[in-house]
Amino acid sequence: MNSQLPILVLSGVSKSFPGVRALHDAKLTLHSGEVTALLGENGAGKSTLVKILTGIYRPDAGEILIDGKPQHFNKPTDSWGSGIAAIHQETVMFDELSVAENIFMGHMPRKKFGLVDWSLLHSKSAELLKRIEAEFSSDTILKTLGVAQKHMVEIARALSHNARIIIMDEPTAALSGREIDDLFDIINQLKSQGCAIIFISHKFDEIFKIADRWTCLRDGEYVGEGAIKDVTQAQLVKLMVGRSIDQVFPKHNVSIGKTILEVDDLSNATEFDGASFDLRQGEILGFYGLVGAGRSELMQALFGISKAGRGTVKVNGNIVKIESPSDAITAGIAYVPEDRQVQGTFQPFGIRENITLPSIAHHAGRNVISYSSELATTRKFGARLSVKASSWEQRLNELSGGNQQKVVIAKWLATKPKILILDEPTKGIDIGSKAAVHEFIGELAGEGLAIILVSSELPEVIGMSDSIQVMHEGKFIKRFSGAEISPEAIVNAASGGAH
Amino acid sequence: MKALAKNREVLLAVIVAAIVLAVGIRAPVFLTGASLVNVITDTCFLFMLTLAQMAIILTRGIDLSLAANLALTGMAVALVSRAMPGVPLGLIILLAIVIGAALGSVNGALVAFVGIPPIVVTLGTLAIFRGLIFLLAGGEWLTSKDMSEAFLSFPHANLLGVPSLIWIAGLVIAAYWILYRQTQFGRGLYAIGGNPTAARYCGINIPRQQFIVYTIAGAVAGLCGYLWVARYGIAFVDNAQGYELTIIAACVIGGVSIAGGIGTVSGALLGALFLGVIVNALPVINVSPFWQMLISGFVILAAVIVNARSERPIGKLILASARKLERKA
Amino acid sequence: MSDMQRYHVLDRAPFNLASYLLRWESILVMLLVAVIVINTAISPYFLDIYNLSDATFNFSEKAIIALAMALLIITREIDLSVAANIAVCSLVMGLLSQMGFGTPILVFAGLAVGATAGAVNGALVTKFRLPSIVVTIGTMSLFRGIAQVVLGDQALTKYPSALTSFGQGYIWPGVPIPNSFAIFLILACIFAFVLHRTVIGRQIFAIGHNPTAARFSGIKVENTRFWLFVMTGLMAGLAAVLLTGRIGSTRPNIALGWELEIVTMVILGGISIAGGTGTILGLVLSVFILGLTIFGLSLVNIPGIEIAILIGLLLIISIAIPIMTAKWRGRT
Repeated sequence: MNSQLPILVLSGVSKSFPGVRALHDAKLTLHSGEVTALLGENGAGKSTLVKILTGIYRPDAGEILIDGKPQHFNKPTDSWGSGIAAIHQETVMFDELSVAENIFMGHMPRKKFGLVDWSLLHSKSAELLKRIEAEFSSDTILKTLGVAQKHMVEIARALSHNARIIIMDEPTAALSGREIDDLFDIINQLKSQGCAIIFISHKFDEIFKIADRWTCLRDGEYVGEGAIKDVTQAQLVKLMVGRSIDQVFPKHNVSIGKTILEVDDLSNATEFDGASFDLRQGEILGFYGLVGAGRSELMQALFGISKAGRGTVKVNGNIVKIESPSDAITAGIAYVPEDRQVQGTFQPFGIRENITLPSIAHHAGRNVISYSSELATTRKFGARLSVKASSWEQRLNELSGGNQQKVVIAKWLATKPKILILDEPTKGIDIGSKAAVHEFIGELAGEGLAIILVSSELPEVIGMSDSIQVMHEGKFIKRFSGAEISPEAIVNAASGGAH
Repeated sequence: MKALAKNREVLLAVIVAAIVLAVGIRAPVFLTGASLVNVITDTCFLFMLTLAQMAIILTRGIDLSLAANLALTGMAVALVSRAMPGVPLGLIILLAIVIGAALGSVNGALVAFVGIPPIVVTLGTLAIFRGLIFLLAGGEWLTSKDMSEAFLSFPHANLLGVPSLIWIAGLVIAAYWILYRQTQFGRGLYAIGGNPTAARYCGINIPRQQFIVYTIAGAVAGLCGYLWVARYGIAFVDNAQGYELTIIAACVIGGVSIAGGIGTVSGALLGALFLGVIVNALPVINVSPFWQMLISGFVILAAVIVNARSERPIGKLILASARKLERKA
Repeated sequence: MSDMQRYHVLDRAPFNLASYLLRWESILVMLLVAVIVINTAISPYFLDIYNLSDATFNFSEKAIIALAMALLIITREIDLSVAANIAVCSLVMGLLSQMGFGTPILVFAGLAVGATAGAVNGALVTKFRLPSIVVTIGTMSLFRGIAQVVLGDQALTKYPSALTSFGQGYIWPGVPIPNSFAIFLILACIFAFVLHRTVIGRQIFAIGHNPTAARFSGIKVENTRFWLFVMTGLMAGLAAVLLTGRIGSTRPNIALGWELEIVTMVILGGISIAGGTGTILGLVLSVFILGLTIFGLSLVNIPGIEIAILIGLLLIISIAIPIMTAKWRGRT
């Protein structure tokens, strides 16, 4: 479909790390003025490929041609000269420095004696900001900006290298609906200016909206490419996992029991307001909303991480005072947090120590820990979640993301909770593990556990939940159940639309 | 935020001025030109070393060996001066800078290229440097009679009515100001401390920058080593003992964040000046110098509490929108 | 790829001799043996039981503080004010002694002042969320400053004989084990048990590995850290009681510079300054290595300040070697 010479051709690229073959004979072709979606499960080699293109890793074999000329990148700065720039998953910049310094860090314009040319720096920055229609000035200190604005600074930064190839690695992860639209406007503008864009996202709706072509990797190998308009989501998923996955959510036939959790008018000053709901045994209550809707903050208040200003929480009809996570655990509440690495796991601990930590008091008579009691619990819950490991003492950092998530869920089940809060339980894990986690959530509900499922993935929330509570800017909009549940109605409510 | 940082510095400046005035009211002699020049001259070492330390703290490091480096280099050049009284002064100063830089580069190499935590490295080199002083001089104390006339007189010399020590400190301050404010290297130090991963992605060579920063700090400590020995006319094992903590205290008081990435030249200088004024003011108002440590302890704690308050992140997306709503209402 | 199938998972990793030999504690044991062999070869007086027992006087007080400091460092905090804390404890004991109070009151006062000073550190660090390295540099100045202001260039030397004979004494007449060393050994056993076998120990490691996840797992992170600061202060108080009794006097520069020696003991013992890892066994071995090295060198008349060079080198090399071997292994 594009007859002109490709701007970038990457072929035969391989990269291995001790014990891992990250990429093998990978290829990728980019044309200017096109957005190419780079697809693949976690661990398929996408980020390795990005790091090779940006000069952070050196490939073991293979070549990179730009405009037909071979390139050799030894360090991050080398790739800039070839017009490649990357925007990373989370904004990784310098909060204390000005916007202009953030844009030009590493390649500031200089005068005599190597001194920074501040006036040129600011005028160039202003020009770039204007090009993407940013409304803040170049001497703003970065930390005063919001997430979406920081993204614009990253894009300006990419443009400052005269980048013709821009890599966007999950750029929408932290953005709200409106901000995503703004980002897509900028992408379209960059396309029209002749940039080639690599777009990495796990969200298919975005891929179908913005991408022109796709390239798919699996287990570090190239498995295909083509035009977006010629494929369906099901075909892409099949290519990514190497088999077809029915997006079937295991809705068990569950008899919903008595009310176990009643939350009344829970509010804090800034993040959520007037949260009232109840939850019954065996019920899965989905929480849906955009980033910033206050879902995680509400859950964390429920779990005692932060304080709610007013409101009451009742478990089994009794008012409970939750001022710390240990109060919540005692009350029978467990919380699988959103950020697995930072909030959920102890990487240097083994599986056993991770699983038994929140319930450690149950494994100790008079504070002395019993190893055999720990081991029994670890075996029980580790096996129940099909954790794949060489031994129960294996350190967590040696496990895959999906297996780590299973360990985190196991550690909370070991506290024998009555109410399980799952905050984005399948974020960033591969499709195979995802299905296993979904299956397991269904099973738990079947056993009478009351479950709150916070998720930003609409199919997941709709597929798993008995009813769905939608939040918008800290407020409860509506609780949908039964026939009311439809993607359109929920998205509409989540974006603050009329209902 | 920038305004807040500036306010902090203004506040600190006002406090320093208030102390100077208050002491002046009790003892007017403190406000004479000669006395004030003396305060500044006395604080010159702290000015220079605080800026050197700040560069390291900006990169999330710390150097506990600066005072030991100062003492070791001071002893080394004093020994050279005794052995060869004819060595020209310029050469002595150059030698001091080179020895100091060499010692600093040991720290730099261990931190940057081996990857040992800075506090461990400099704790070790602190002990090693102090031990080397003893080894070098065989436990001897060198006093002014062991040093040549030229060696001793330089720090006391005046140029255009201003002591040479102030001139040198001025040069070092100017050089550091240019480094911090006007070079990509200096801005890069803020970037490294603020977000090391992002700094690496920006093509900043972090180990190289760390190595250079420790080496320059060593050079400054070496220069101060000569000046210290010459000014006070004594070189011994315990010279400037404990001064490393005074330097860090000046940084903290001046608003340099120990977590890296935050700090200004003017703030650091004010922090140093504050401690310098206290040290010099106490004897003037007949307060025992034994109070000095107690006061600086209080001030460090006060400063770090104030710093922590201004460094708090300002809130998330939702807070911003809530604030907008408030404003609309 | 089916995740629903059950995997076979071993209870423990298979025994691997190399990984045992490469453990930090194994390396420390070898180092300790080397220190003993070399010292015995150099000096005939080294392996004398009475000499050795006298040598323990020089490190037992520091080692007692190091036990608590190790726990603190495992939770990613540090207390540089311990030596200054000793000065304040000793000061209060000295003043009370001059007023005529007896040994029990003095001991109690020493411990209470130490714990209180630790609580001040702990409160500043945990309530205000301040970096402990700066806070304790501040309180170090503050505590030492108090001692200086009160004492000036004077010294307090009037102590009851019960206190001095305890500080200088042995557990039983004729048994060459000093009281301070015996206290250290008993405390080491208690600390090892608490750290490695109890709930609180597991929680201390968890905090060091990941404070956020520890909080999310129901651990009272700040509370635990606060009490560890109090514990470290209490140990400094105990060290002050022993030291004051041993030297029978209080000067403002008492225990000057000890904080760095104590931190060196802890780090050489394999307790990571980044938190999360370390064992009490490693610390005890490191205490013996440092203590015997200093003792051995002093037997052959090498002055203390030169021994500092060796200890500095030992500290840096002992940290550098594992880092460099890890890097080297990563490359091949």
